[in-house]
Amino acid sequence: MIAIKNIITPSINLLSRTNSVTNGCFFRGIAQKVDIDKLVKNNKVVLFMKGVPEEPRCGFSNAVVQILRMHNVKYDAHDVLKDDSIRNGVKEYSNWPTIPQVFINGEFVGGCDIMLQMHQSGDLIKELEKAGIKSALLDESTPEDKK
Amino acid sequence: MKRLVQLVSVNNLSMIYYRTSNTPHHYSTSRSLLKNTPLKMSDDDYPKPVETAMRTKLTEKLTPVHLDIINESFMHNVPKGSESHFKVVVVSDIFNDLPLLKRHRLVNEILDYELKNQVHALSIVAKTPEQWDASNKNVESSPACRGGFGK
Repeated sequence: MIAIKNIITPSINLLSRTNSVTNGCFFRGIAQKVDIDKLVKNNKVVLFMKGVPEEPRCGFSNAVVQILRMHNVKYDAHDVLKDDSIRNGVKEYSNWPTIPQVFINGEFVGGCDIMLQMHQSGDLIKELEKAGIKSALLDESTPEDKK
Repeated sequence: MKRLVQLVSVNNLSMIYYRTSNTPHHYSTSRSLLKNTPLKMSDDDYPKPVETAMRTKLTEKLTPVHLDIINESFMHNVPKGSESHFKVVVVSDIFNDLPLLKRHRLVNEILDYELKNQVHALSIVAKTPEQWDASNKNVESSPACRGGFGK
C-alpha cells in the first residue's frame, strides 16, 4: 500500500506543477498589452533597458542612462533581460524593434540614437519641460550664461 | 612556405603529388591552387548576405545620396564574420519632411525582415542632404558592448 502511494503521489505533483506553469503563461499572455500600458504610464519618464541603471548590460542602454543622469531625471527602469514578456511586449506596444526605449508622459520618444540626438540638439530639455520636468542642465547653464 | 604546402595537402590529398614533384609545371599548378585556398579568413572573405540585402532595400526605397552600412558585430561577443550589429548612415531627400522618429521608423520598416530574423542591434543616422552637408560627415561610433546580448 505504501509502495502504491509513493508511485501515485509524484505523478500527481508533476501534473499539478505543469498545470500551474501553463496557467501562468496563459494569463500573462492576455495581460501583456495592459501591463506595458500601465508600466509606461506609471511615471513621467519610463525606460526599458538591458540591465539596471546601476549596471547596464548594453552600451546603448548605458548611453541612455547617462543622458538621463545628466538631466537629473527620475524615472522608472525595467530590465527586459529579466522578463521576456516585457521585452517582447514593449517592442510590440511601441512598434519599435530594439531596446532601449524611452517613454515620456506615456508617449514613445525613441531609442538610444534619438535620445542622443535630442540631448545634443537641446530638444530633450524641451520635451522634458512639456512633461513638467526641469532638466538639471538648465540649472548648470545659468551661472555660465552670467559669466 | 613549407607550412602552407602542408596545410594545403591536408585539405586536398592530391596536392601531395605536387609537393613531391619538382617540375616547374607542377610547381606553378600548386602555386595557383595555393592562392585560391583561404588559409586564414580575413573579414572581407566572409559572405555578407545581410549587409547586401540591407543595402539593396535601402537603396531601392530611399534613393539615398549617401549610404553607409557599417558592420559593428566585431564589437560584440559574437562569432567572427557575424552580421548581428549594424550602424546605418542614410542621407536622403525623402527625410526632408519627416521628423526624426518617423525617419527611424521608416528605416526600421524597410529593414523589418532583417531586424526580425538576423539583426540584433541597429543604430541609425538618418539625415537630409542639407543636414549631411552641414555636418562634419563624421559619424560617432557606437558605445562599447556591455555583454547583455540576452539570448
